[in-house]
Amino acid sequence: MTRFTAWNVFWQGMTGQKGWTRQWRDPEPKAHYDVVIVGGGLHGLATAYYLAKTHGVRNVAVLEKGWIGGGNAGRNTTIVRSNYARPGNREFYEHSLRLWENLSHELNYNVMFSQRSHIALLHSPGAIDAASRNYNTMRLTGTADAEIWDLATLKRAVPHLNYAADARFPIMGAAVQKRAGTARHDAVAWGYARAADARGVDIIQNCKVEGIARDGGRITALDTSRGRITAGKVAFAVAGSTSLLWQMAGLGRLPIESHKLQAFVSEPLKPLLDQVVVFGMGGAHFYISQSDKGGMVFGGDLDWYKSYAQRGNLPIVQDVAEAAMSVLPCLGRVKLLRHWSGLVDMSMDGSHFICKTPLDNLYLNAGWNYGGFKASPASGWWFADLIANDRPAPMIAPFDLKRFERGLQIDERGAGPDCKLHG
Amino acid sequence: MLRIDCPFCGTRDHSEFSYGGDGSVTYPALDAPMQDWHDAVFLRENICGRQVETWHHVHGCRMWLMVERDTMTHEIFSTRPAHPGLASALEAAE
Amino acid sequence: MTARRLDKGGRIDRTRPVNFRWDGLTYRGYAGDTLASALMASGQTVLGRSFKYHRPRGIMSAGVEESGAIVSVGADARHEPNVKATMQELYDGLEAKGQNAWPNVRFDLGAVNGLFGRFFSAGFYYKTFMGLPPFEWGRGTGLWMQYEKLIRKAAGMGRASRAPDPDCYDHAHAFCDILVVGSGPAGLNAALTAAEAGRDVMLVEQDFELGGDYLNDPAAEADRAALVAAVERAGIRILTRTTAFGLYDGGVAGLVERVTDHLAAPDPHLPRQRFWTVRAGATVLATGALERSIAFANNDRPGVMTALAARSYLNRFGILPGQRIVIATTNDSAYGVAGDFAAAGAEVVLADARSDAASAPEGVSLRPGLAPLAVLGRRGVEGVRLAARSGAGWSEAAREDCDLLLVSGGWSPVVNLSSHRGAKPVWNAGLACFLAGPTEEPIHMAGSTDGVWNRDDCAASGVAAARRAMGEVAEAPAPGGWAHPIQPVYEVRLPGSKVKAFVDPQHDVTGDDVRLAHQEGFVSVEHLKRYTTLGMATDQGKMGNVIGLALMAEALGCEVPAVGTTRFRPPYTPVAIGALAGRNVAGHFKPLRRTPLHDWNLRHGATMTEAGLWQRTWYFARTRETIAEAYIREATTVRETVGICDVSSLGKIAVQGPDAAEFLNRVYTNAFSRLPVGRARYGIMLRDDGIVMDDGTTWRLGEADFLMTTTTTNAGKVMVWLEELLQTRWPDLRVHVTSVTDRWAGVSVAGPKAREAIAVCLDEGIDISNDALPFMGVAPVSLKGGVKGLIARISFSGELAYELYVPADQGEAMMDLLWPAAERLGGCLYGLEALGALRIEKGHVTGAELDGRMTIDDAGLGKMASTKKAFIGAALRQRPDLTRADRPRLVGIFPKDRRQSFNGGALLCATGKVAGFGDGWITAVTHSPALGHWIGLGYIAGGHEAWAGKAVTAADPVRRGNVEVEIVSPHMFDPEGVRMHG
Repeated sequence: MTRFTAWNVFWQGMTGQKGWTRQWRDPEPKAHYDVVIVGGGLHGLATAYYLAKTHGVRNVAVLEKGWIGGGNAGRNTTIVRSNYARPGNREFYEHSLRLWENLSHELNYNVMFSQRSHIALLHSPGAIDAASRNYNTMRLTGTADAEIWDLATLKRAVPHLNYAADARFPIMGAAVQKRAGTARHDAVAWGYARAADARGVDIIQNCKVEGIARDGGRITALDTSRGRITAGKVAFAVAGSTSLLWQMAGLGRLPIESHKLQAFVSEPLKPLLDQVVVFGMGGAHFYISQSDKGGMVFGGDLDWYKSYAQRGNLPIVQDVAEAAMSVLPCLGRVKLLRHWSGLVDMSMDGSHFICKTPLDNLYLNAGWNYGGFKASPASGWWFADLIANDRPAPMIAPFDLKRFERGLQIDERGAGPDCKLHG
Repeated sequence: MLRIDCPFCGTRDHSEFSYGGDGSVTYPALDAPMQDWHDAVFLRENICGRQVETWHHVHGCRMWLMVERDTMTHEIFSTRPAHPGLASALEAAE
Repeated sequence: MTARRLDKGGRIDRTRPVNFRWDGLTYRGYAGDTLASALMASGQTVLGRSFKYHRPRGIMSAGVEESGAIVSVGADARHEPNVKATMQELYDGLEAKGQNAWPNVRFDLGAVNGLFGRFFSAGFYYKTFMGLPPFEWGRGTGLWMQYEKLIRKAAGMGRASRAPDPDCYDHAHAFCDILVVGSGPAGLNAALTAAEAGRDVMLVEQDFELGGDYLNDPAAEADRAALVAAVERAGIRILTRTTAFGLYDGGVAGLVERVTDHLAAPDPHLPRQRFWTVRAGATVLATGALERSIAFANNDRPGVMTALAARSYLNRFGILPGQRIVIATTNDSAYGVAGDFAAAGAEVVLADARSDAASAPEGVSLRPGLAPLAVLGRRGVEGVRLAARSGAGWSEAAREDCDLLLVSGGWSPVVNLSSHRGAKPVWNAGLACFLAGPTEEPIHMAGSTDGVWNRDDCAASGVAAARRAMGEVAEAPAPGGWAHPIQPVYEVRLPGSKVKAFVDPQHDVTGDDVRLAHQEGFVSVEHLKRYTTLGMATDQGKMGNVIGLALMAEALGCEVPAVGTTRFRPPYTPVAIGALAGRNVAGHFKPLRRTPLHDWNLRHGATMTEAGLWQRTWYFARTRETIAEAYIREATTVRETVGICDVSSLGKIAVQGPDAAEFLNRVYTNAFSRLPVGRARYGIMLRDDGIVMDDGTTWRLGEADFLMTTTTTNAGKVMVWLEELLQTRWPDLRVHVTSVTDRWAGVSVAGPKAREAIAVCLDEGIDISNDALPFMGVAPVSLKGGVKGLIARISFSGELAYELYVPADQGEAMMDLLWPAAERLGGCLYGLEALGALRIEKGHVTGAELDGRMTIDDAGLGKMASTKKAFIGAALRQRPDLTRADRPRLVGIFPKDRRQSFNGGALLCATGKVAGFGDGWITAVTHSPALGHWIGLGYIAGGHEAWAGKAVTAADPVRRGNVEVEIVSPHMFDPEGVRMHG
């Protein structure tokens, strides 16, 4: 593997770029792996990387039915933050953010994590109190970058928002996480793939799992479009297909429903917005940032109805455009370049699962709702830990499938058992 | 845009409706054991393909409907009132 | 390129000159020009700069695929970046500027980037900018973020206005049997066929004139005119300047109509653009095909364009774009173009990559077997080196001087819209293009969209598509139609040469970039796209995708379809965000809900606040009063005399029917079956999971007639919930629910003199004494002047209090009676802030306490959960974690030093252990007029009994810092409720 450095970029530029090699191999699947990870998204690839790196488990395959990073890895709005307040989520996402902060160096791949601040607009005294509770929690749990801004501070930092006094929802302040920001989503997938591959992990693309062979409480083999693969341990990290694989493994129902979430990008513009700005008021939900290429990247709510189609509909396009104009009225003449949608596995409390399953050697990583992108480093870290040690570390103990029986609440929104409300 | 044929109002944009959930879930009696309630409230089949689901014509007649829809193609096959009495009354009227 | 306007010919109106400005200088064009054609006729060649290398770029096309002439249009708040000059109609006073360049597009210092082009290969930025060069030393993101600032400045294209868009946009809705997209030979015939068969047809054309390819051919004008006339007669709804940008579920198309973008002085009443949602029974896509280029050295120079584009400038706009023209083609379509230019007096060399081509048109010098290898000239075309096939590659064979190079590398049918529907395009090797894939939906391809090249066949294809759209069986012309088959050429280069041969010119993606992607393993089409950014520019791959795929296929040694196809996503061409938002902006963003007393309140000095979608009274400041002074005065007045508060926004639901009591019994945790007529009861409802959903009082008006009230926030949610329960879970219950929130204007009249204030407003003989209307009593009431309503003795403030409801339109009449009566007694009007103070003193909960995570026991209302009957949530509320002894409980909070205040949102921690998640939190605070100091409500593990006498810190690092507090019972004022029962 050629190391990625300014020197090598220079040297390869001088010598015709001949020295760059495949960033990951294209191996034929072996007949057996110690661990088979199903799903070549961010979570699966990160898991493979940490299995190989931290736990020394190197006879690992990542099976991807299409091309790696082709699911939600490449369909999100790339926001990274850790402004969660519920015990469980708080520590998990903070750990994830810490991994993000050094991820480019860790992977020797520029994932362009830009800690440009995440700014949630606040519009009422009650909203400021509610946000203060969460941001106080962040402060007291070791996150010094949580702040509540008054209007004057906000205006200085983000000058082009809608500060009209007669705005539909006048802005009163903002809740700010300064270490939060955005990253280059594809690079994360490729970076993990390259680093995992370098440690011996086989990344096998165009390999669809079509059947699961069981011997009682164990999975013995996966029947794939590229042949049968036997596995010591099997791990699912397949957002959007979790329920389908779960049922293929002969298991029952999950506290998950698949929905689609649209995302939007505008034509490239010279710098207009330097932070991530989030708006939530009057039933609307909207978030926007500007990519390094210049496109305004934004999104809003789910399409509200369950779906397995990566294809959105106009009502949400309109809703999101309305919110965009409400937050940044100068966007009227900016043109939408592209909108698409991803499949999100919405869970019953808006929190995820990294857990053991009813089968001895099957592990589940699922239910990321809106939050999967920012979670991916910690998700991979702790999923690898779970797979390697066959027991959940305290960090992920809350995130099992039985928590609803216990009545454990990790419900950031307080929305209750209706998946679609946890956006 | 899904176009939902409301048995009371005619075919309308889905933005007039709100999606409820999996229509195959049957809720247990109020005094049923906790596990029954857990399963009904928290666990979902999450079908990829044809499923029966509830929709509420919230900006229309406010009737809850049972819609048979493909969750992959979004094609809608049938629509009927969720209330069985109304459904059979409509059927009889046809 | 030495373009000049011809004296005659074209569709422009030479009698109507139009002045416009380009980069500050005034130029002249004609009505019927686009900005691109007018600039070309004015001799302007460099109109843009490329994204990465800042290479000079000119006009490359005559349509939506334009990748060179991308400019900014308009001034100040109407400044629009990234406008394709080829799509901008000229109007008098139009102001356009070059962009992505400094100081200007003709001389751009950014072009220095080109010198470093050898380093700026695909994806180079993933390999560096991480740390300190040259070896990327360091940790964290600090250095990257410094680089990022520079990168962001260099990237982007145009600059967006910072001022709010002053124009408005409309939404329009339409239905039709058949939607025809595109008005070329196929579209016009399709529309006409369907309309003549009696179908309701909409015809949509992105250009400002109907005709499509007819517009480029003067010889076809008679045919075009006849067809257009027939279409107009046939009652077809025609939308020009309208782009069908996306196809969605259910036969829905999204269109955007540019209503005034072409007008010098638009009627101010017109929207700038109109966003149409069209629901079509069937859709015919006659969207044509786009000509593609070939990758060869410097194929991006100003003066290189597609052959059809040049034909359009010649025949439609009356411009001869060059005098010595080389046309490089791989197919028959350029022969007509060559003939047209020869006839117009240009010297034309036609280089056909095929060696067995047809005979040359008159006046054209045909050079078979040659393809373009490299453009000569830096800022324009001075000549072209041509290559001949040599084994598997090419070798240089000739050189032609020229000032214009036209290229036809083949044609790509516009299958974008069908791809939106998930129909995967299918590669047709014979025609070297993708055709629309099969779909079950009623979407039909017509004309060149279906790979049909000849005009007569396109017409027949349109007719057939219309008939299929009407459910008939119709034989369509087979794709193709050229006398000699295309021999696709995607790239021409000499082995080992290092040149810039662009695949996607807008993003500066070269053939070498594609090969580097292959070398590094980015071989699937989506990886290729994402790694090189091929196809991600503002044309979304219209120019370059097929070439990129072909080069990747060559690198892999496979056929094009094996690489895959990217799925096109809406919109087909970029759409203004303003248009998508339509009128739902500014004050019209989200419905604004006002109570029937809104105006009355404003007249009486109310300041309003947001409560969900509602505007509610916040406080009524008297002269020079601050909000704090106002609410403290209001709350004090309520405790001392009487106050009136608008509570009309509370949800009100009529629950009626023989089983209404049973229904309420199931919905609420407490029992309602024995509630007597004429009495109200406070109730709490849970969600299925046992968490509190909402609370409110329900009044029994008759045996089978209840009026339920809900919180303002949850009114809609509770209504939907009740309807769901009745229609899906308990259809056997004979109950009907009706939302009557908007029917009533309601006030709370609270304070020791409340009865007195109300009594004088009532008709003679109506008794609201304690005996006649005891605590929680409900009665019909009639006010003086004939206003009839309901009165209930309910208290949220803890005072003697009534809620008085009258029909919404009589609300002001009620206030005009009540307010003078209260004022005479020394009373006041009060808003939410005072209401909050009063209820906090009493420990009454609202949404801040019931945040969707609390149990009924947490809120200290456990006694309200019946043990004798089952109710919604009864089972799951018993789950172990919800019944733990250390659950948070509702408590009151006093500052230890009574002079101090504190904030909502502070965490409650045992003093000395201010860390972690704390033991509780504060939900709401107020200055308590009754107690004379600040108080708060909140939750803390185990409740106030567990914290009696213990030191607690209210930690609020994000705002105020730490304040020492005491934990007390939540019932901080009049805990026995003496006052409200009085």
